[in-house]
Amino acid sequence: MGRWPTAVRYVLLFLGALIFLFPFYYMLIGSLQAAPDTSVRGAFPTSGLTLDNYRDINSRVDLLRSLVNSGIFTGGVLLGTVVFGVLAGYALARLRFRGRGTLFVLVLLVQVIPFQLLLIPLYVLIVRGYGLADSYLGMILPFAINTTAVFVFRQFFLQLPDELFAAARLDGAGELRILWSVALPLVRPALLTALLLTFIGPWNEFLWPFLVTKNADMQPLAVSLANYISNVSARAANPFGAILAGACVLAAPAVALFVAFQRQFISTDLGSGVKG
Amino acid sequence: MRALLGRHPVGLVLAAPYALYLAVIFAYPFGFAVWMSFHDYFFAAPGAIVDHPFVGLDNYRAVLSDPAVRQAFENIGVFLVINVPLTTGLAIVLAVALNQAVHARTFLRVSFYVPYVTASVAVVGVWLFLFTSGGLVNSVLGPLAPDPSWLVNEHLAMPVIALFVTWKQLGFFILLYLAALQNVPKELYESASVDGANGWHRFWSVTVPAVRPATALVVILALITGANLFTEPYLLTGGGGPNGSSASPVLVMYQRGIQQGEPDFAAALGVLLVIGVLFVAYVNRRFIEGKD
Repeated sequence: MGRWPTAVRYVLLFLGALIFLFPFYYMLIGSLQAAPDTSVRGAFPTSGLTLDNYRDINSRVDLLRSLVNSGIFTGGVLLGTVVFGVLAGYALARLRFRGRGTLFVLVLLVQVIPFQLLLIPLYVLIVRGYGLADSYLGMILPFAINTTAVFVFRQFFLQLPDELFAAARLDGAGELRILWSVALPLVRPALLTALLLTFIGPWNEFLWPFLVTKNADMQPLAVSLANYISNVSARAANPFGAILAGACVLAAPAVALFVAFQRQFISTDLGSGVKG
Repeated sequence: MRALLGRHPVGLVLAAPYALYLAVIFAYPFGFAVWMSFHDYFFAAPGAIVDHPFVGLDNYRAVLSDPAVRQAFENIGVFLVINVPLTTGLAIVLAVALNQAVHARTFLRVSFYVPYVTASVAVVGVWLFLFTSGGLVNSVLGPLAPDPSWLVNEHLAMPVIALFVTWKQLGFFILLYLAALQNVPKELYESASVDGANGWHRFWSVTVPAVRPATALVVILALITGANLFTEPYLLTGGGGPNGSSASPVLVMYQRGIQQGEPDFAAALGVLLVIGVLFVAYVNRRFIEGKD
Protein backbone atom coordinates (compact mmCIF):
# COMPACT_ATOMS: atom_id res chain seq x y z
CA MET A 1 0.00 0.00 0.00
CA GLY A 2 1.09 3.54 -0.67
CA ARG A 3 2.00 5.09 2.68
CA TRP A 4 2.19 8.72 3.71
CA PRO A 5 4.38 9.67 6.61
CA THR A 6 2.48 8.38 9.62
CA ALA A 7 2.61 11.69 11.48
CA VAL A 8 1.07 13.64 8.59
CA ARG A 9 -1.69 11.09 8.32
CA TYR A 10 -2.63 11.24 11.97
CA VAL A 11 -2.40 15.02 12.20
CA LEU A 12 -4.78 15.23 9.23
CA LEU A 13 -7.16 12.65 10.65
CA PHE A 14 -7.34 14.06 14.17
CA LEU A 15 -7.67 17.61 12.88
CA GLY A 16 -10.55 16.42 10.70
CA ALA A 17 -12.15 14.54 13.59
CA LEU A 18 -11.90 17.66 15.74
CA ILE A 19 -13.69 19.76 13.10
CA PHE A 20 -16.35 17.08 12.76
CA LEU A 21 -16.95 16.59 16.48
CA PHE A 22 -16.61 20.15 17.75
CA PRO A 23 -20.11 21.29 16.68
CA PHE A 24 -21.58 18.37 18.63
CA TYR A 25 -19.59 19.28 21.73
CA TYR A 26 -20.61 22.91 21.28
CA MET A 27 -24.25 21.88 20.84
CA LEU A 28 -24.16 20.15 24.22
CA ILE A 29 -22.31 22.99 25.97
CA GLY A 30 -24.59 25.63 24.45
CA SER A 31 -27.65 23.70 25.57
CA LEU A 32 -26.39 23.77 29.17
CA GLN A 33 -25.46 27.46 29.40
CA ALA A 34 -27.85 29.79 31.18
CA ALA A 35 -26.88 32.67 28.90
CA PRO A 36 -25.13 32.31 25.54
CA ASP A 37 -21.40 32.86 25.94
CA THR A 38 -19.91 32.98 22.46
CA SER A 39 -16.40 33.95 23.52
CA VAL A 40 -13.67 31.36 23.10
CA ARG A 41 -13.58 30.85 26.85
CA GLY A 42 -17.36 30.25 26.77
CA ALA A 43 -16.73 27.06 24.83
CA PHE A 44 -14.99 25.62 27.91
CA PRO A 45 -17.18 26.66 30.83
CA THR A 46 -16.24 25.64 34.32
CA SER A 47 -19.45 26.59 36.09
CA GLY A 48 -22.96 27.94 35.64
CA LEU A 49 -24.35 24.98 33.71
CA THR A 50 -28.08 24.42 33.96
CA LEU A 51 -30.92 22.33 32.54
CA ASP A 52 -33.18 25.39 32.18
CA ASN A 53 -32.94 25.38 28.38
CA TYR A 54 -34.40 21.88 28.28
CA ARG A 55 -37.28 23.03 30.48
CA ASP A 56 -37.70 26.08 28.24
CA ILE A 57 -37.87 24.17 24.95
CA ASN A 58 -40.16 21.61 26.56
CA SER A 59 -42.59 24.38 27.48
CA ARG A 60 -42.74 25.56 23.85
CA VAL A 61 -42.51 22.22 22.11
CA ASP A 62 -43.96 19.15 23.78
CA LEU A 63 -40.75 17.12 23.54
CA LEU A 64 -42.24 13.80 24.61
CA ARG A 65 -45.18 14.09 22.25
CA SER A 66 -42.87 15.09 19.35
CA LEU A 67 -40.53 12.19 20.11
CA VAL A 68 -43.50 9.80 20.11
CA ASN A 69 -44.56 11.21 16.72
CA SER A 70 -41.01 10.79 15.39
CA GLY A 71 -41.04 7.24 16.75
CA ILE A 72 -44.35 6.30 15.13
CA PHE A 73 -43.30 7.84 11.80
CA THR A 74 -39.92 6.07 11.87
CA GLY A 75 -41.40 2.81 13.13
CA GLY A 76 -44.03 2.79 10.38
CA VAL A 77 -41.40 3.36 7.70
CA LEU A 78 -39.12 0.66 9.12
CA LEU A 79 -41.95 -1.85 9.39
CA GLY A 80 -43.10 -1.30 5.81
CA THR A 81 -39.57 -1.28 4.46
CA VAL A 82 -38.55 -4.47 6.21
CA VAL A 83 -41.71 -6.55 5.74
CA PHE A 84 -42.58 -5.65 2.15
CA GLY A 85 -38.99 -4.89 1.15
CA VAL A 86 -37.69 -8.30 2.26
CA LEU A 87 -40.61 -10.07 0.53
CA ALA A 88 -40.04 -8.15 -2.72
CA GLY A 89 -36.25 -8.48 -2.50
CA TYR A 90 -36.53 -12.23 -1.95
CA ALA A 91 -38.98 -12.64 -4.83
CA LEU A 92 -36.76 -10.59 -7.16
CA ALA A 93 -33.63 -12.51 -6.20
CA ARG A 94 -34.78 -16.11 -5.92
CA LEU A 95 -38.16 -16.64 -7.58
CA ARG A 96 -38.99 -16.81 -11.27
CA PHE A 97 -42.42 -15.36 -11.91
CA ARG A 98 -44.05 -13.48 -14.73
CA GLY A 99 -43.26 -9.79 -14.62
CA ARG A 100 -40.09 -10.14 -12.56
CA GLY A 101 -37.97 -8.48 -15.22
CA THR A 102 -40.41 -5.60 -15.57
CA LEU A 103 -40.55 -5.08 -11.82
CA PHE A 104 -36.78 -5.01 -11.57
CA VAL A 105 -36.55 -2.41 -14.32
CA LEU A 106 -39.08 -0.37 -12.34
CA VAL A 107 -36.93 -0.67 -9.20
CA LEU A 108 -33.97 0.77 -11.08
CA LEU A 109 -36.12 3.49 -12.63
CA VAL A 110 -37.56 4.62 -9.30
CA GLN A 111 -34.05 5.19 -7.98
CA VAL A 112 -33.54 7.73 -10.73
CA ILE A 113 -36.76 9.72 -10.14
CA PRO A 114 -35.78 12.38 -7.62
CA PHE A 115 -38.14 13.30 -4.83
CA GLN A 116 -38.38 16.95 -5.99
CA LEU A 117 -40.46 15.93 -8.99
CA LEU A 118 -42.86 14.01 -6.77
CA LEU A 119 -43.05 16.60 -4.02
CA ILE A 120 -45.85 18.68 -5.54
CA PRO A 121 -48.01 15.85 -6.98
CA LEU A 122 -47.63 13.83 -3.75
CA TYR A 123 -48.64 16.89 -1.75
CA VAL A 124 -51.66 17.46 -3.98
CA LEU A 125 -52.70 13.79 -3.87
CA ILE A 126 -51.99 12.89 -0.25
CA VAL A 127 -52.86 16.14 1.51
CA ARG A 128 -55.56 17.55 -0.76
CA GLY A 129 -56.89 14.47 -2.54
CA TYR A 130 -56.90 11.78 0.16
CA GLY A 131 -57.23 14.18 3.09
CA LEU A 132 -54.27 12.64 4.92
CA ALA A 133 -52.87 15.92 6.28
CA ASP A 134 -51.96 15.69 9.97
CA SER A 135 -52.02 11.91 9.96
CA TYR A 136 -49.31 9.30 10.51
CA LEU A 137 -50.37 7.50 7.33
CA GLY A 138 -49.86 10.68 5.30
CA MET A 139 -46.36 11.10 6.76
CA ILE A 140 -45.38 7.46 6.24
CA LEU A 141 -46.86 6.83 2.79
CA PRO A 142 -44.14 8.31 0.52
CA PHE A 143 -41.44 6.42 2.47
CA ALA A 144 -43.39 3.26 3.34
CA ILE A 145 -41.20 0.98 1.23
CA ASN A 146 -37.67 2.16 0.59
CA THR A 147 -36.63 1.19 -2.92
CA THR A 148 -32.93 1.33 -2.14
CA ALA A 149 -33.59 -1.13 0.68
CA VAL A 150 -35.44 -3.48 -1.70
CA PHE A 151 -32.43 -3.34 -3.96
CA VAL A 152 -30.02 -4.03 -1.09
CA PHE A 153 -32.18 -6.92 0.21
CA ARG A 154 -32.19 -8.40 -3.30
CA GLN A 155 -28.37 -8.22 -3.35
CA PHE A 156 -28.18 -10.03 0.00
CA PHE A 157 -30.41 -12.88 -1.15
CA LEU A 158 -28.59 -13.16 -4.50
CA GLN A 159 -25.31 -13.85 -2.70
CA LEU A 160 -26.65 -17.03 -1.04
CA PRO A 161 -25.80 -20.33 -2.79
CA ASP A 162 -28.43 -21.96 -5.04
CA GLU A 163 -28.02 -25.41 -3.45
CA LEU A 164 -29.45 -24.12 -0.19
CA PHE A 165 -32.74 -23.22 -1.83
CA ALA A 166 -32.86 -26.35 -3.99
CA ALA A 167 -32.40 -28.54 -0.92
CA ALA A 168 -35.05 -26.73 1.08
CA ARG A 169 -37.51 -26.99 -1.80
CA LEU A 170 -36.78 -30.73 -2.16
CA ASP A 171 -37.63 -31.09 1.51
CA GLY A 172 -41.00 -29.63 0.63
CA ALA A 173 -40.65 -26.28 2.39
CA GLY A 174 -42.86 -23.45 1.14
CA GLU A 175 -41.23 -20.22 -0.04
CA LEU A 176 -42.28 -18.23 3.04
CA ARG A 177 -40.79 -20.90 5.28
CA ILE A 178 -37.54 -20.96 3.24
CA LEU A 179 -37.35 -17.18 3.47
CA TRP A 180 -38.02 -17.16 7.22
CA SER A 181 -35.88 -20.09 8.42
CA VAL A 182 -33.17 -20.43 5.77
CA ALA A 183 -32.52 -17.14 4.00
CA LEU A 184 -33.20 -14.51 6.67
CA PRO A 185 -30.92 -15.95 9.37
CA LEU A 186 -28.05 -15.99 6.88
CA VAL A 187 -28.37 -12.31 5.97
CA ARG A 188 -29.06 -11.04 9.49
CA PRO A 189 -25.93 -8.88 9.92
CA ALA A 190 -26.50 -7.18 6.58
CA LEU A 191 -30.15 -6.74 7.45
CA LEU A 192 -29.18 -4.85 10.59
CA THR A 193 -27.03 -2.45 8.54
CA ALA A 194 -29.93 -1.81 6.17
CA LEU A 195 -32.23 -1.21 9.15
CA LEU A 196 -29.88 1.32 10.72
CA LEU A 197 -29.50 3.18 7.43
CA THR A 198 -33.27 3.17 6.95
CA PHE A 199 -33.79 4.46 10.49
CA ILE A 200 -31.90 7.71 9.96
CA GLY A 201 -34.00 8.57 6.89
CA PRO A 202 -37.41 9.11 8.52
CA TRP A 203 -35.96 10.10 11.90
CA ASN A 204 -34.10 13.00 10.29
CA GLU A 205 -36.62 13.77 7.54
CA PHE A 206 -37.88 17.32 7.60
CA LEU A 207 -39.44 18.50 4.34
CA TRP A 208 -42.24 15.96 3.89
CA PRO A 209 -43.60 15.84 7.46
CA PHE A 210 -43.27 19.63 7.48
CA LEU A 211 -45.62 19.80 4.49
CA VAL A 212 -48.06 17.22 5.85
CA THR A 213 -48.41 18.34 9.47
CA LYS A 214 -49.75 21.70 10.50
CA ASN A 215 -51.11 20.49 13.84
CA ALA A 216 -48.37 20.72 16.51
CA ASP A 217 -49.67 17.55 18.20
CA MET A 218 -48.83 15.53 15.11
CA GLN A 219 -45.42 16.96 14.29
CA PRO A 220 -42.25 14.89 14.58
CA LEU A 221 -39.49 16.56 16.60
CA ALA A 222 -37.53 17.68 13.51
CA VAL A 223 -40.58 19.65 12.35
CA SER A 224 -41.52 21.16 15.71
CA LEU A 225 -37.90 22.16 16.35
CA ALA A 226 -37.63 23.73 12.87
CA ASN A 227 -40.84 25.68 13.45
CA TYR A 228 -39.45 26.84 16.77
CA ILE A 229 -36.22 27.96 15.07
CA SER A 230 -37.96 29.88 12.31
CA ASN A 231 -40.94 31.35 14.20
CA VAL A 232 -40.64 31.45 17.95
CA SER A 233 -36.99 31.58 18.92
CA ALA A 234 -36.48 35.29 18.18
CA ARG A 235 -38.72 36.16 21.14
CA ALA A 236 -37.20 33.75 23.68
CA ALA A 237 -34.87 34.81 26.51
CA ASN A 238 -32.03 32.47 25.52
CA PRO A 239 -33.14 31.38 22.04
CA PHE A 240 -29.97 29.49 21.15
CA GLY A 241 -29.98 27.60 24.43
CA ALA A 242 -33.48 26.33 23.78
CA ILE A 243 -32.73 25.49 20.14
CA LEU A 244 -29.59 23.59 21.13
CA ALA A 245 -31.42 21.71 23.88
CA GLY A 246 -34.01 20.61 21.32
CA ALA A 247 -31.23 19.74 18.88
CA CYS A 248 -29.57 17.51 21.50
CA VAL A 249 -32.85 15.66 22.08
CA LEU A 250 -33.33 15.18 18.33
CA ALA A 251 -29.73 14.12 17.70
CA ALA A 252 -29.31 11.79 20.68
CA PRO A 253 -31.30 8.70 19.53
CA ALA A 254 -29.71 8.52 16.06
CA VAL A 255 -26.20 9.18 17.37
CA ALA A 256 -26.60 6.68 20.23
CA LEU A 257 -27.87 3.95 17.90
CA PHE A 258 -25.10 4.65 15.45
CA VAL A 259 -22.35 4.57 18.08
CA ALA A 260 -23.78 1.38 19.61
CA PHE A 261 -23.96 -0.40 16.27
CA GLN A 262 -21.08 1.28 14.47
CA ARG A 263 -19.43 -2.09 13.87
CA GLN A 264 -22.37 -2.94 11.64
CA PHE A 265 -21.44 -0.12 9.29
CA ILE A 266 -18.90 -2.31 7.59
CA SER A 267 -17.91 -0.36 4.54
CA THR A 268 -17.87 -3.33 2.21
CA ASP A 269 -21.46 -4.29 3.06
CA LEU A 270 -22.73 -0.89 2.15
CA GLY A 271 -20.48 -0.71 -0.88
CA SER A 272 -21.87 -3.93 -2.31
CA GLY A 273 -25.35 -2.56 -1.93
CA VAL A 274 -24.59 0.78 -3.51
CA LYS A 275 -22.44 -0.52 -6.33
CA GLY A 276 -25.10 -3.03 -7.36
CA MET B 1 -50.37 -22.31 -15.61
CA ARG B 2 -46.61 -22.38 -15.22
CA ALA B 3 -46.20 -20.85 -18.67
CA LEU B 4 -48.57 -18.08 -17.73
CA LEU B 5 -47.27 -17.16 -14.27
CA GLY B 6 -43.68 -18.43 -14.31
CA ARG B 7 -42.01 -21.20 -12.34
CA HIS B 8 -42.73 -19.65 -8.91
CA PRO B 9 -46.14 -17.97 -9.07
CA VAL B 10 -45.84 -17.29 -5.31
CA GLY B 11 -43.32 -14.60 -6.28
CA LEU B 12 -46.20 -12.59 -7.70
CA VAL B 13 -47.88 -12.59 -4.33
CA LEU B 14 -44.70 -11.67 -2.44
CA ALA B 15 -43.83 -8.83 -4.82
CA ALA B 16 -47.40 -7.54 -5.26
CA PRO B 17 -47.48 -5.06 -2.32
CA TYR B 18 -44.27 -3.45 -3.51
CA ALA B 19 -45.42 -3.32 -7.14
CA LEU B 20 -48.67 -1.71 -6.05
CA TYR B 21 -46.74 0.76 -3.93
CA LEU B 22 -44.55 1.76 -6.89
CA ALA B 23 -47.66 2.33 -8.98
CA VAL B 24 -49.41 4.49 -6.37
CA ILE B 25 -46.48 6.44 -4.92
CA PHE B 26 -44.17 6.80 -7.93
CA ALA B 27 -45.69 6.01 -11.32
CA TYR B 28 -49.00 7.79 -10.85
CA PRO B 29 -47.63 10.96 -9.15
CA PHE B 30 -44.85 11.06 -11.76
CA GLY B 31 -47.41 11.09 -14.58
CA PHE B 32 -49.57 13.52 -12.61
CA ALA B 33 -46.63 15.95 -12.21
CA VAL B 34 -45.98 15.98 -15.94
CA TRP B 35 -49.71 16.37 -16.67
CA MET B 36 -50.02 19.19 -14.14
CA SER B 37 -47.10 21.07 -15.70
CA PHE B 38 -49.05 21.30 -19.00
CA HIS B 39 -52.35 22.37 -17.45
CA ASP B 40 -53.73 25.27 -15.48
CA TYR B 41 -53.86 23.56 -12.11
CA PHE B 42 -54.86 25.30 -8.89
CA PHE B 43 -56.19 24.30 -5.50
CA ALA B 44 -59.99 24.28 -5.38
CA ALA B 45 -62.35 23.79 -2.46
CA PRO B 46 -62.72 20.10 -1.58
CA GLY B 47 -65.37 18.43 -3.73
CA ALA B 48 -65.67 21.32 -6.17
CA ILE B 49 -65.65 20.29 -9.83
CA VAL B 50 -63.27 22.58 -11.67
CA ASP B 51 -61.69 22.58 -15.12
CA HIS B 52 -57.95 22.39 -15.51
CA PRO B 53 -57.53 23.49 -19.12
CA PHE B 54 -54.51 22.50 -21.20
CA VAL B 55 -52.12 25.44 -21.46
CA GLY B 56 -49.27 23.92 -23.44
CA LEU B 57 -45.89 25.31 -22.42
CA ASP B 58 -47.27 28.32 -20.51
CA ASN B 59 -46.10 27.03 -17.13
CA TYR B 60 -42.63 26.32 -18.51
CA ARG B 61 -42.47 29.81 -20.02
CA ALA B 62 -43.49 31.29 -16.67
CA VAL B 63 -40.80 29.27 -14.86
CA LEU B 64 -38.05 30.14 -17.32
CA SER B 65 -38.82 33.86 -17.31
CA ASP B 66 -39.05 34.10 -13.51
CA PRO B 67 -36.06 35.97 -12.04
CA ALA B 68 -36.41 34.12 -8.68
CA VAL B 69 -36.08 30.80 -10.50
CA ARG B 70 -33.06 31.99 -12.43
CA GLN B 71 -31.44 33.15 -9.22
CA ALA B 72 -32.20 29.85 -7.49
CA PHE B 73 -30.46 27.95 -10.29
CA GLU B 74 -27.49 30.32 -10.11
CA ASN B 75 -27.36 29.76 -6.35
CA ILE B 76 -27.27 26.01 -6.93
CA GLY B 77 -24.45 26.61 -9.38
CA VAL B 78 -22.47 28.40 -6.65
CA PHE B 79 -23.34 25.59 -4.25
CA LEU B 80 -22.13 22.87 -6.63
CA VAL B 81 -18.92 24.70 -7.56
CA ILE B 82 -17.96 24.73 -3.87
CA ASN B 83 -19.55 21.51 -2.65
CA VAL B 84 -18.62 18.98 -5.34
CA PRO B 85 -14.82 19.52 -5.56
CA LEU B 86 -14.55 19.93 -1.79
CA THR B 87 -16.59 16.78 -1.14
CA THR B 88 -14.72 14.57 -3.61
CA GLY B 89 -11.30 15.92 -2.64
CA LEU B 90 -11.73 15.69 1.12
CA ALA B 91 -13.58 12.37 1.00
CA ILE B 92 -10.89 10.64 -1.05
CA VAL B 93 -7.98 12.04 0.99
CA LEU B 94 -9.61 11.23 4.33
CA ALA B 95 -10.66 7.76 3.13
CA VAL B 96 -7.08 6.96 2.07
CA ALA B 97 -5.71 8.24 5.39
CA LEU B 98 -8.40 6.36 7.34
CA ASN B 99 -7.77 3.20 5.36
CA GLN B 100 -4.09 3.26 6.35
CA ALA B 101 -4.65 4.28 9.96
CA VAL B 102 -3.97 1.57 12.51
CA HIS B 103 -4.68 3.39 15.77
CA ALA B 104 -7.94 4.93 16.93
CA ARG B 105 -9.76 3.69 13.83
CA THR B 106 -13.13 3.35 15.54
CA PHE B 107 -12.93 6.78 17.10
CA LEU B 108 -11.92 8.40 13.82
CA ARG B 109 -14.58 6.61 11.77
CA VAL B 110 -17.31 7.48 14.25
CA SER B 111 -16.25 11.15 14.27
CA PHE B 112 -16.52 11.43 10.51
CA TYR B 113 -19.87 9.64 10.26
CA VAL B 114 -21.66 11.36 13.13
CA PRO B 115 -22.78 14.48 11.21
CA TYR B 116 -24.15 12.23 8.47
CA VAL B 117 -26.40 10.28 10.84
CA THR B 118 -27.64 13.39 12.64
CA ALA B 119 -30.72 15.32 11.56
CA SER B 120 -30.02 18.46 9.54
CA VAL B 121 -32.49 20.36 11.71
CA ALA B 122 -30.44 19.54 14.81
CA VAL B 123 -27.04 20.52 13.42
CA VAL B 124 -28.49 23.61 11.75
CA GLY B 125 -29.17 24.79 15.31
CA VAL B 126 -25.50 24.71 16.26
CA TRP B 127 -24.35 26.25 12.96
CA LEU B 128 -26.74 29.15 13.56
CA PHE B 129 -25.14 29.55 16.98
CA LEU B 130 -21.60 29.35 15.54
CA PHE B 131 -22.15 31.69 12.59
CA THR B 132 -24.46 34.30 14.09
CA SER B 133 -23.01 37.81 14.07
CA GLY B 134 -21.84 37.58 17.71
CA GLY B 135 -21.07 33.87 17.45
CA LEU B 136 -17.96 31.88 18.23
CA VAL B 137 -16.62 32.00 14.66
CA ASN B 138 -16.67 35.80 14.68
CA SER B 139 -15.24 35.92 18.24
CA VAL B 140 -12.28 33.92 16.99
CA LEU B 141 -11.91 35.99 13.81
CA GLY B 142 -12.17 39.29 15.71
CA PRO B 143 -11.69 42.19 13.27
CA LEU B 144 -11.55 39.74 10.35
CA ALA B 145 -15.24 38.85 10.82
CA PRO B 146 -17.30 39.65 7.73
CA ASP B 147 -19.77 42.51 7.77
CA PRO B 148 -22.63 41.84 7.29
CA SER B 149 -22.14 38.54 9.03
CA TRP B 150 -22.10 35.13 7.34
CA LEU B 151 -25.72 34.09 7.07
CA VAL B 152 -27.14 37.55 6.31
CA ASN B 153 -24.41 38.35 3.79
CA GLU B 154 -25.45 38.13 0.15
CA HIS B 155 -22.08 36.80 -0.96
CA LEU B 156 -21.45 34.46 1.95
CA ALA B 157 -24.84 32.85 2.69
CA MET B 158 -24.63 30.28 -0.13
CA PRO B 159 -20.95 29.39 0.47
CA VAL B 160 -21.74 28.79 4.16
CA ILE B 161 -24.61 26.48 3.13
CA ALA B 162 -22.26 24.66 0.74
CA LEU B 163 -19.72 24.22 3.57
CA PHE B 164 -22.45 23.01 5.92
CA VAL B 165 -23.64 20.36 3.47
CA THR B 166 -20.06 19.27 2.72
CA TRP B 167 -19.41 18.80 6.45
CA LYS B 168 -22.76 17.06 6.97
CA GLN B 169 -22.48 14.54 4.11
CA LEU B 170 -18.75 13.88 4.00
CA GLY B 171 -18.95 10.79 6.23
CA PHE B 172 -21.19 9.00 3.77
CA PHE B 173 -18.85 9.74 0.87
CA ILE B 174 -15.83 8.62 2.91
CA LEU B 175 -17.71 5.36 3.44
CA LEU B 176 -18.18 4.93 -0.32
CA TYR B 177 -14.49 5.58 -0.97
CA LEU B 178 -13.44 3.18 1.81
CA ALA B 179 -15.51 0.48 0.10
CA ALA B 180 -13.90 1.30 -3.25
CA LEU B 181 -10.40 1.21 -1.74
CA GLN B 182 -10.97 -2.39 -0.60
CA ASN B 183 -11.15 -3.39 -4.24
CA VAL B 184 -7.91 -1.75 -5.40
CA PRO B 185 -5.44 -4.59 -6.12
CA LYS B 186 -2.38 -4.39 -3.84
CA GLU B 187 -0.13 -5.38 -6.75
CA LEU B 188 -0.77 -1.99 -8.32
CA TYR B 189 0.86 -0.27 -5.34
CA GLU B 190 3.71 -2.76 -5.25
CA SER B 191 4.58 -2.28 -8.92
CA ALA B 192 4.32 1.48 -8.51
CA SER B 193 6.76 1.28 -5.58
CA VAL B 194 9.12 -0.84 -7.65
CA ASP B 195 9.00 1.87 -10.32
CA GLY B 196 10.12 4.32 -7.65
CA ALA B 197 6.84 6.20 -7.15
CA ASN B 198 6.59 8.11 -3.87
CA GLY B 199 3.47 8.51 -1.74
CA TRP B 200 1.89 11.39 -3.65
CA HIS B 201 2.74 9.75 -6.93
CA ARG B 202 1.09 6.53 -5.89
CA PHE B 203 -1.96 8.45 -4.72
CA TRP B 204 -2.35 10.26 -8.05
CA SER B 205 -1.36 7.48 -10.41
CA VAL B 206 -2.82 4.44 -8.64
CA THR B 207 -5.48 5.36 -6.08
CA VAL B 208 -7.30 8.15 -7.90
CA PRO B 209 -7.75 6.26 -11.21
CA ALA B 210 -8.63 3.04 -9.38
CA VAL B 211 -11.53 4.63 -7.51
CA ARG B 212 -12.86 6.49 -10.53
CA PRO B 213 -16.21 4.64 -10.59
CA ALA B 214 -16.70 5.65 -6.95
CA THR B 215 -15.82 9.25 -7.85
CA ALA B 216 -18.49 9.23 -10.56
CA LEU B 217 -21.02 7.97 -8.00
CA VAL B 218 -19.93 10.53 -5.40
CA VAL B 219 -20.26 13.38 -7.91
CA ILE B 220 -23.76 12.26 -8.95
CA LEU B 221 -24.93 11.85 -5.35
CA ALA B 222 -23.47 15.24 -4.38
CA LEU B 223 -25.28 16.73 -7.36
CA ILE B 224 -28.59 15.16 -6.33
CA THR B 225 -28.06 16.47 -2.79
CA GLY B 226 -27.60 19.94 -4.26
CA ALA B 227 -30.69 19.66 -6.42
CA ASN B 228 -32.71 18.54 -3.37
CA LEU B 229 -31.45 21.36 -1.16
CA PHE B 230 -34.24 22.75 1.01
CA THR B 231 -33.78 22.42 4.78
CA GLU B 232 -30.49 24.34 4.94
CA PRO B 233 -31.53 27.51 3.05
CA TYR B 234 -34.95 27.38 4.73
CA LEU B 235 -33.56 27.26 8.26
CA LEU B 236 -29.99 28.61 8.11
CA THR B 237 -30.85 31.71 6.10
CA GLY B 238 -34.47 32.27 7.11
CA GLY B 239 -36.15 31.13 3.88
CA GLY B 240 -33.46 31.77 1.28
CA GLY B 241 -32.32 35.29 2.17
CA PRO B 242 -30.82 37.80 1.94
CA ASN B 243 -32.55 38.95 -1.26
CA GLY B 244 -33.00 35.36 -2.39
CA SER B 245 -29.24 34.87 -2.57
CA SER B 246 -29.47 31.47 -0.89
CA ALA B 247 -32.81 30.26 -2.28
CA SER B 248 -32.76 26.82 -3.92
CA PRO B 249 -35.07 25.53 -6.67
CA VAL B 250 -36.88 23.23 -4.20
CA LEU B 251 -37.38 26.19 -1.86
CA VAL B 252 -38.92 28.14 -4.76
CA MET B 253 -41.09 25.08 -5.54
CA TYR B 254 -42.33 25.10 -1.96
CA GLN B 255 -42.96 28.85 -1.92
CA ARG B 256 -44.72 29.02 -5.27
CA GLY B 257 -46.43 25.64 -5.29
CA ILE B 258 -47.67 25.35 -1.75
CA GLN B 259 -47.45 28.73 -0.03
CA GLN B 260 -48.68 30.72 -3.03
CA GLY B 261 -50.93 27.99 -4.44
CA GLU B 262 -49.43 27.55 -7.92
CA PRO B 263 -48.77 23.79 -8.08
CA ASP B 264 -48.71 23.87 -11.90
CA PHE B 265 -45.79 26.31 -11.85
CA ALA B 266 -44.01 24.22 -9.21
CA ALA B 267 -44.60 21.00 -11.17
CA ALA B 268 -43.05 22.54 -14.30
CA LEU B 269 -40.09 23.73 -12.21
CA GLY B 270 -39.74 20.19 -10.83
CA VAL B 271 -39.70 18.69 -14.33
CA LEU B 272 -37.04 21.18 -15.48
CA LEU B 273 -34.96 20.50 -12.38
CA VAL B 274 -35.03 16.77 -13.02
CA ILE B 275 -34.12 17.25 -16.68
CA GLY B 276 -31.20 19.38 -15.50
CA VAL B 277 -30.05 16.72 -13.03
CA LEU B 278 -30.29 13.97 -15.64
CA PHE B 279 -28.32 16.08 -18.14
CA VAL B 280 -25.50 16.84 -15.70
CA ALA B 281 -25.48 13.20 -14.53
CA TYR B 282 -25.11 12.11 -18.15
CA VAL B 283 -22.23 14.54 -18.76
CA ASN B 284 -20.59 13.37 -15.55
CA ARG B 285 -20.93 9.76 -16.65
CA ARG B 286 -19.30 10.50 -19.98
CA PHE B 287 -16.39 12.48 -18.58
CA ILE B 288 -15.57 11.06 -15.16
CA GLU B 289 -16.51 7.43 -15.48
CA GLY B 290 -15.25 7.39 -19.07
CA LYS B 291 -15.23 4.35 -21.28
CA ASP B 292 -12.70 1.85 -20.01
